Amino acid sequence: MRPCRTMDLVPWLHVVDARLMSVRLSIVVVEPDQERARLIVESLCAAGDHEILVIRETTGLARRIGQADPDIVLIDIADPSRDTLEELALASGPLERPVAMFVDRSEQGLTRAAIEAGVSAYVVDGLRAERLKPVLDAAMARFQMFRQMRTELAATRRALEERKVIDRAKGLLMKARGIDEGEAYALLRRTAMDQGRRVADVAEALVTAAGLLS
Amino acid sequence: MNLPVLSVGFTPLVDAAPVIVAREMGFARAEGVAITLHRAPSWSASRDMLAFGAVDAAHMLSAVPVATALGLGGAGAPIHALSVLSVNGNVIGVSRALASRMRGQGYGFDFRDARAAGTALLDAAGPGLRIGVPFPFSMHAELIRYWFAALPAAPEAGVEIRTVPPPLMAEAIGAGEIDAFCVGEPWGSIAVETGTGELLLPGCAIWDAAPEKVLAMRAGEAEPARFTPLIRALWRAGRWLAQPGSRTAAAEMLARPEYLDMPAEVVDRALSGRMTVSARGDARRVERLVAFDPDRAGFPWGDQAAWIGRRLARRAGLDLESAERAARGVFRGDLYCQMLAGTGAAMPSAESRDTAPGLQRGRFFDSRVFDTSRVE
Repeated sequence: MRPCRTMDLVPWLHVVDARLMSVRLSIVVVEPDQERARLIVESLCAAGDHEILVIRETTGLARRIGQADPDIVLIDIADPSRDTLEELALASGPLERPVAMFVDRSEQGLTRAAIEAGVSAYVVDGLRAERLKPVLDAAMARFQMFRQMRTELAATRRALEERKVIDRAKGLLMKARGIDEGEAYALLRRTAMDQGRRVADVAEALVTAAGLLS
Repeated sequence: MNLPVLSVGFTPLVDAAPVIVAREMGFARAEGVAITLHRAPSWSASRDMLAFGAVDAAHMLSAVPVATALGLGGAGAPIHALSVLSVNGNVIGVSRALASRMRGQGYGFDFRDARAAGTALLDAAGPGLRIGVPFPFSMHAELIRYWFAALPAAPEAGVEIRTVPPPLMAEAIGAGEIDAFCVGEPWGSIAVETGTGELLLPGCAIWDAAPEKVLAMRAGEAEPARFTPLIRALWRAGRWLAQPGSRTAAAEMLARPEYLDMPAEVVDRALSGRMTVSARGDARRVERLVAFDPDRAGFPWGDQAAWIGRRLARRAGLDLESAERAARGVFRGDLYCQMLAGTGAAMPSAESRDTAPGLQRGRFFDSRVFDTSRVE
């Protein structure tokens, strides 16, 4: 476990410490990526004094979480390993406490917002919403950022791929019709407009067809 | 014309075919609804997307609506099943090490006889067999448990059932985290393709009409009638899929990047029932490895839900009678009949509530027949 603050180094704070300990939440973050995990821990620490354990390895996930016995488990909603956490709902051993995807009937909006942000939160039954909210808010902000980054990365990758295909299609046209690059692109664009398709789709079709014919 | 839109979640599996086909073949449009499809990363995510309103309906494990009715897993709105989308569709596989031990002991891998396969598996595996299933509340888990409990030599030491998401199943068996698995196609074939596992049995060798996936909606749906065109489109999609001539087109459709994103040839194995069971290319033929024909399988029987509900309840230590009552209310045969009225779909009449011509509820490998009066 990695505490946010190591208060036990200050002996005269012990009384306060004991009180704080009783309100501290123990949080497990399931995140294979080290950098993402660091950022999540950072925002959770900013949200309060909590005990945070990062699990990067998803093998035996339910068992590891059972051992850690946390109040809250946070996991990326896109992570298929999340299904293994569902086992905990059936577990009845002394170390394994029942967990449920967080929902408080009065705060359905919070859960929905969490799902939209891309974070799944499992909490021990009975944890009160006001204790969970700051943690979830912090996590949501972070996951929202990751989701946005992921979307942007995917868009960039797609744009790059499309660029490559368009370049290949231009090359094919230049060779086959003896035209220059500008004309080749204009031809692709005109065809796309005529057919109501995207330039990248027309280029893709051309490259595929050329591959079949060669 | 602007059609009403319904968003439908699916999980990348061969048995997502009805929702994909309903959209791609235009059955949804023909029935007057536009459907948008949303691929879910996991069953729990799919369930929550539905429960919290991110989608209107979802392709769902048959046991999940029952589990939500019993308060197991998740905590969103309870969900109901409007129809059974498919029966069967799972395969059981073993690690290569275990397969070669079984072969060494003279087992012939007939991909048919569940009793012989189970006995050979337990003999070769010894105590502490670990089996991966995709979700704790699933037909996979129930089939495995039923199978082992009904074997002549039920394992003393118990079998450990672990949850492993389908896309990670091949990796898990390759890494020795599990010794065997039960998973929906094409993920069993993927284990064969990656050389990490060999196939032992189709799920239908344990129960030949196991309700596998359902079309789920939120239980508190104010206007269930808006699902009528969707259920009708899915009924048509199921009938289309049941025609042998549709197979190749269906495999191509499912294989596309936005759906399963894998080779059509691998997808086709389950649809055609021509399975490759080992990396050496051994082939086996199976009838109804996965089946979609709604006139044999589409009606959501309360008894099916009761069967699942009692089994889940027993393991979770819940009261069996109240669990059965809660479970029965989850499979909405009443809505199915209303929504498909006039189509000619097979459904029980008001007089004969527990039978209907054509509809089949099947038989287990130990010769027991699925029977209304004896839900165990």
